[in-house]
Formats: sequence, C-alpha cells, structure tokens
Amino acid sequence: MKYIKQVLGGDLRQYTMVLALGLLIIIFNIISGGRMLTSSNFQNLLSGNAYVLILALGMLMVIVIGQIDLSVGSVAGFAGMVMALVAKNYSIPWWAAVLVALAIGVLAGAWHGFFLSQLGIPGFITTLGGMMIFRGGVIWISRSISVPAPQELKWFGSGYLPEWGPSFTGMNNSTLLLGIIGIACYIFAQIKKHKHSGDATGVKDPVWALVVRIVLMSAIIGYFTWLFGSGRVGTSFPVPGLILLVLTIIYHIITQRTKFGRHVYAVGGNKAAAALSGVNVKRTYFLTMMNMSFLSAVAGILFVGRATAAGPADGTSWEMDAIASVFIGGAAVSGGVGTILATIVGGLVMAVLNNGLMLMGVGADRTQVIKGFVLLAAVAFDVYNKKSGKSSIIGRLFANK
Amino acid sequence: MENNSFILQMKGITKEFPGVKALDDVNLSVKTGTIHAICGENGAGKSTLMKVLSGVYPYGTYDGEIIFGGQEMKFRNIKESEHAGIAIIHQELTMIPELSITENIFMGNEIIKHGMVDWAEEKRRTYEILKKVGLSINPDILIKHLGVGQQQLVEIAKALSKNVKLLILDEPTSALNEADSENLLDLMLDLKNKGITCIMISHKLNEIAAVSDAVTVIRDGHTVESYDVEAGKVDEDKIIKAMVGRSIENRYPEHKSNPGEVIFEVDDWCVEDPDVEGRMVCKNASFNVRAGEIVGFAGLMGAGRTELMRSIFGRNYGIYHKGTIKIKGREVKLTSVESAIKNGIAYVPEDRKNLGLNLLDSIRKTVVAANLDKITKKGLLDLNDEKKAAEEYRTSLKIKTSSVDRGVTTLSGGNQQKVVLSKWMFTEPDILILDEPTRGIDVGAKYEIYKLIHQLADEGKAVILVSSELPELLGMADRIYTIFEGTITGEIGSSEASQEGLMKRMTITSN
Repeated sequence: MKYIKQVLGGDLRQYTMVLALGLLIIIFNIISGGRMLTSSNFQNLLSGNAYVLILALGMLMVIVIGQIDLSVGSVAGFAGMVMALVAKNYSIPWWAAVLVALAIGVLAGAWHGFFLSQLGIPGFITTLGGMMIFRGGVIWISRSISVPAPQELKWFGSGYLPEWGPSFTGMNNSTLLLGIIGIACYIFAQIKKHKHSGDATGVKDPVWALVVRIVLMSAIIGYFTWLFGSGRVGTSFPVPGLILLVLTIIYHIITQRTKFGRHVYAVGGNKAAAALSGVNVKRTYFLTMMNMSFLSAVAGILFVGRATAAGPADGTSWEMDAIASVFIGGAAVSGGVGTILATIVGGLVMAVLNNGLMLMGVGADRTQVIKGFVLLAAVAFDVYNKKSGKSSIIGRLFANK
Repeated sequence: MENNSFILQMKGITKEFPGVKALDDVNLSVKTGTIHAICGENGAGKSTLMKVLSGVYPYGTYDGEIIFGGQEMKFRNIKESEHAGIAIIHQELTMIPELSITENIFMGNEIIKHGMVDWAEEKRRTYEILKKVGLSINPDILIKHLGVGQQQLVEIAKALSKNVKLLILDEPTSALNEADSENLLDLMLDLKNKGITCIMISHKLNEIAAVSDAVTVIRDGHTVESYDVEAGKVDEDKIIKAMVGRSIENRYPEHKSNPGEVIFEVDDWCVEDPDVEGRMVCKNASFNVRAGEIVGFAGLMGAGRTELMRSIFGRNYGIYHKGTIKIKGREVKLTSVESAIKNGIAYVPEDRKNLGLNLLDSIRKTVVAANLDKITKKGLLDLNDEKKAAEEYRTSLKIKTSSVDRGVTTLSGGNQQKVVLSKWMFTEPDILILDEPTRGIDVGAKYEIYKLIHQLADEGKAVILVSSELPELLGMADRIYTIFEGTITGEIGSSEASQEGLMKRMTITSN
C-alpha cells in the first residue's frame, strides 16, 4: 500500500472520486454490453456535457468564495438568444454575434457582482433575482419562439477536429497530436516537479514512483486518445471537448497559480483575515461573479451551436447540474475548499451516470432520482469524513499502519 | 491516602495521533474542593488531556483510566461528562452572540411549562445564578453587548446552572484585562469555598501563585511534576524550570536598543465607531515611532488600542474623520490594507484564529499570503519559492511541524503565532504593529517571540507593541503610550514607568 501511495503522491482523498468515476465507466460498460466505451458514445458524452462542465468551472470559484449563483442557466439562455437574434435581424457576421453574447455575459456578471460586492446582498438573493430577470428576458425578446443560429457555430457546439496527414495511424491525426501533446506535457511537468521535490526537505521522491506514475498516466491518456480518434471517419475529439479542456487548464492555473486564485480561496476561507492580509474582498467577489456569467455566456453559445437554434427554455436548471458537479467534486458548502480538477471529475461522474443510465434504457425520471441520491451520498460521505476527522475509505486503506 | 479525597484521578493516560504521541502515561490527581493548576508549554498536551477528560476523545481512543467521584468513567461524548458534573470553559467562548444571557444559559436545558418555555422562571433563575458569579446585569441583554470578561462570567454561570462539580477553565484570563482577571480569580476562590473543584490551565504564573492549591506541570506529553502548594507560596521559577526543562533567569531577554530617526508619525487621528453613530473610538491621537524602537501601547480592553491600529492599517476599521500619517517624513494616504502593506506597514492582529489566519490553509500558503507579488513570476506563483520561504521561516523561527504542507490548525498556539509573524516578516515591513503578540502563548514560546521582536528592532524596524500585560510592556518597550477611551493619555519612557503609574493613566484621563 505504501508503494501505491508513493506513486499517487500525498493526498489520496482526491482520488476517491476518480476511482468512483473509473468504476462507474467499467460497470456501465459491462452492463450495457460494451456500448459505453465506444468512440461515438464518448464523443457524444463529451460534446453533450461540455457546457455544464464549463459552467461548473465558474461555479467552483463562486462556491469557494462562499457564494452561489442561481442565474447561470438563465444568463446562458439569454446570451444565446441575443446572439441568435442579432445575427438574424442585423445580418452581422457570426463572430460579432458571439462577441455580443460574451459581452452580455460580462455585463450580467457585473450586475450580480455589483449587488454582492458593493451592497453586500448575498449571492443567493442577487442571482435568484438575476435568474428571474434573465429567464423572463429570454422569453420576452424571443416571444417564446426558437430562433435559428448562424451555421458556423455548429462547429463549436458539436464539431470535430480536421483530418490530415498520413492514414497509417489508423485514427484522426488531430486527436493523436492532442494525445501526444498531453502525454508530453504530463511528463515534462512530472520531471520538473521531481527535480524540485528535494529542494526544501532534501528527500527526493523515488525515481521508480515517477516512472510508474508517468507510464500509468500515459496509458490512460493514450487509451482515450485512441478511443476518441478511432471512430468513424470525420470524427475526432470533439471541439466543445477541446474548448472545455483549454478552459479547464486555464482555470486550473488561475485558481492554483495566480494571486487572484489565492485571493479567491483566502476570501472563502476567512474573509476578515483575507482583508487584513491586503486582499481586496470586494474586487474578488466582483470578479468571481463576473467570470461566472462570462462562462455562462460561453456555455450558452456552445449549446446554441449544438442545437443549431436558440430556444426560450435553453439553460433551464443548468445551475443545478453545475452546483451538483462542484459539490460531488468535494467543495465545501461553507466555502474555501474545492478544486477545478475535482469539479471536472464530479461533473464527469454526473455525465457518465446520465449517459450510462440512458444506455441501459432507464428513463429520465428515474435518472433524475438516482442523480439526486448520488449527490447526497457524495456530500454526506465528504461531511462524514471531515467530521470524524478520518480520511476517505481509500485513504484509510493506504494509511501507514 | 484515601482515594475518595480525590474528586478526579486520571491514571496512565496515553493518547496517540497518527505519528505523534500527544500524551504518554500522564497522571493527574485532583483533590476535592481545591483549585488545581495545570501548566505546560504550547503543545505539551494540556488541551488534549482535557479533551480526554471531557469525552471529546471518547473512551477507547486513549489508554488509561479516569476515576471521577470514586467511579471509573468511560465518557463517549461531552454530554456524558457534563452529566457527570464536569464542565469546561474554553479559551474561545462558545455562546450565541445574538441571543440573550437567559437564552444562552438555558440553551438545551430550557424550562418547559405547558409545552412552552417558561421565560419568567428562566429569567428569575438566571438572575440568581448571575448573582453567584458577581454579575448584576439585566438577563435580557444580548451576549454580543457584553465585554469579554462578562461573557466569561456568563459561561461560568451557565456551568453552575448545571450543578457542576468540577469546573475546568482553559486559560480563563488570556482575553481579560487586569481588573476582570482579578475579578475572575476572586470568583474561583469563592466557588472553591462553595465546594466546587476547579482545574485551571494557565500560563500566568502570578495567577497560579495567587489561587492554586496544587500544581501539575506537563511537558512533551509527560507529567513532569505535581505537588501541593501552600497558598501564596508557589515558586514561580520552579514552575518555569519544570515547564521548559531549563531555567529562565529573566523572562525578558536582554536588549540594548538603538533608536534612530522617527520613521512613523501619526497626527491628530480621529476615527468614528462604524456601529454607533457619533461615537469616536480614536480622539485626536498623535504618536511617533523611531527606527529600531519598540513602542508599547497600554490600555484596558475596549480602550481603543486595536481600533486605533486597525484604522491606521489601511482604514480596516471604523470611519475615518481626520488625521495624517507620515512614513519617513513623507505624508501617505493609506486607504486600503493593500496600500498600507505596500508602504511598509504590517499588522499582526490580536485575534489569531478569526483575523490572523485562514484555518483552511497550509503553513506554506499562509506564510506568503500577504505578499504574493514576491513569489509571482510572469503572472504565475512560483510554488518552489513559496516552499523555500516557508522552510526558511520554519528553520529560523523554530516552527514545530513535520512539514510546511500541513494545515495551520495542526499547530499549537505559539507555533501558529510564529506562522502569522512569518507571514508579516515576508512582507518586509518597516513598521510592525503587534497586537497582543503573546496572548495564549506559554512562557517558552513567549521568550522566543520577545527575542524575535528584539531582532526586528535591531534590523531597524519600528515596532509597535500593543499589550494588556503591563510587565510585558515594561520588560520590552523603550517607550510606552497609555490610551483610555480612544485618547492617548500619556507618554512615558519605560525606565521611568511603573505598573501603578501606567494603570493610573489607563483609567483616568490626564486632563
């Protein structure tokens, strides 16, 4: 057990959900007779859930500062609808319409952020208001009718990466390139980390652990590269998936490696102490809320692209899926705790559940019930562990006894 | 000796946490109707021992036996120990600020008549209990409107209302001013006369000397010494020696100060209370500090010391009316904490847990939290620099921890304070404001912090030391300002100052 611990690195708690996700995929794959782990299913799964996961990225930061945003679905719907309307009525190019939608997101976020940071109205109330305002707004400006979206957006919502290069690889070469870049980045990061591992303490991590870690992760990335790349000709790792990947990396870096990210955690952990350490609490609140609505607009655009039209009910109850992803990912309701990567895992657990149950022919009604229980179980498990001061079951297995 | 003369015997208590033995074969015997003092350094295991006793760590998670009132006890939780008659008054008060005294005292034990709370009866009883602890105030007053000292008395009253036999006070006077402390000690003697046994955990040796009948010293999880004392005959040096395992000749390190130019001046500073309109918490305060000088601020709780310092520190508190700040002769406008830090001011707050630390953070993240720019390269934080900085302070300040990746909550109070000090030293300040830097810290760690303060002064920093402990100010400061109700009432060189002289200025306005 000690060896496994050395491979994975210190904190085993975070692997609980990853393990759960892996088990879910394997179990569903067996039950559904191999229909889970197919190229087309995973391509669909990713492009069909990318927008919720993008929302979850912003929601994680909102929840870490100790707030909540209920307006994201409505803002996404509103931004998407405005984009479709201006493109249709004013015959401006599609990219200009996209910029308008993003601007709407930023403005909506500034509106929420203003009430929260300047007037001190809790995010729950501020965004409950926003939820009603923007939902009403969508229905109002669309007169309850769907509006077709510019064709170019389809590529963003459900498109695939281009085919090029030699065919002997037997798969989409864009996907292959992506996989190779992924593995290379991982190896580079691990080696760099290993180099510095002994800087302060003088004890370096063992080299074999590094090698095992790299081999393991390369195998996983390699497998999914093959899975996404070896589908029907013309398909690849989906474009919305790529957008999600890029955003995830950006937000991971923002939260873990920038001053602003530290401030987000500081404000959520102890507002008064943060203020006394020179953190501008109001600005942190404002920017976090603004960022959330910006990402809502991004999600709205992707969804409209995928659906090829903006509808008056777009985005309904998306906030709930985003919030659930964050909490399944282990964020604390009281703020200060949670990470981007764990949130993505939490969101994928929800997505795989949805997808797997659908493959098994379970109806939307019962799927909803099951998702509810999973959310409760995940959070209860977390709270129980924190309360009793124990690590997770996995952590206990690995404990040095 | 007959066993039944002891109300409590803890025998061979051993408690292990992963990787650390917090208590190792600790024995504690407390005689009925006495005041028993427990002392020991930070992290010596005092609090752990009390948690074992009160059932926070349930039976089975420790080894050894607890005999209370002649019977072996196997507490599974706090409720069971409370039921047996053991009550703990914690360092941090645990009442609900928005509720009244009555509601807090009867919280969980409400008197029910016809299915409803009998307010009249509750109030009547509260009034009686409050009288027992020497408080004659209206039981309808909300807790948040009481001072810390009064809140503590209400906590004790609450314990008394539950027919407590053994009252444990964890550093009861650490947050109190001198008058309230004396009041509390008198109350303890009074309770003793009424047959209630008290265990007092304290760092304040003069208090132990004043009231205790027996002393147990714990060091590194072991019982080092335990003996009875005759009232008023505690040998303080003997206790100190037992606590730290070495003798401290002088509680304040030797220091030769070498003040330079005046680098920090505050002039005519006026600040209004943000909660009470028209009430000024700082009235025309003016003072200055030289480079390399340690300037003390003496004042009773609520005199406005903290308010003054926090309003200077980027207007973190109160509504600014007027006043100027000059740093190295140049007037600066500090309208945010960020600007105060940039101008070389650091403020270590008195309330470590609520204002000084983010308890969710690790040591390394805390150390760099107030100066992230210093480890930022091309917009990204350099985590290796962060770790290096944390390790540096861990070594130089002797922070006791197995790794800087551990959470700050895993540290003892003294080590937490060292982390807070590291955080501010990392901002490379010219002016350091230390608000009660040694509160709730044991003698050994205090000594280390005093040495650190001297070192900072020797590096040419201006140090402002706010303290409730007059001996500390007299032992450390080069010059002392006294403050009373928001007004600076005196300025006196510490060589001419005396405790009586200072106290006089802290209680009466000089004009």
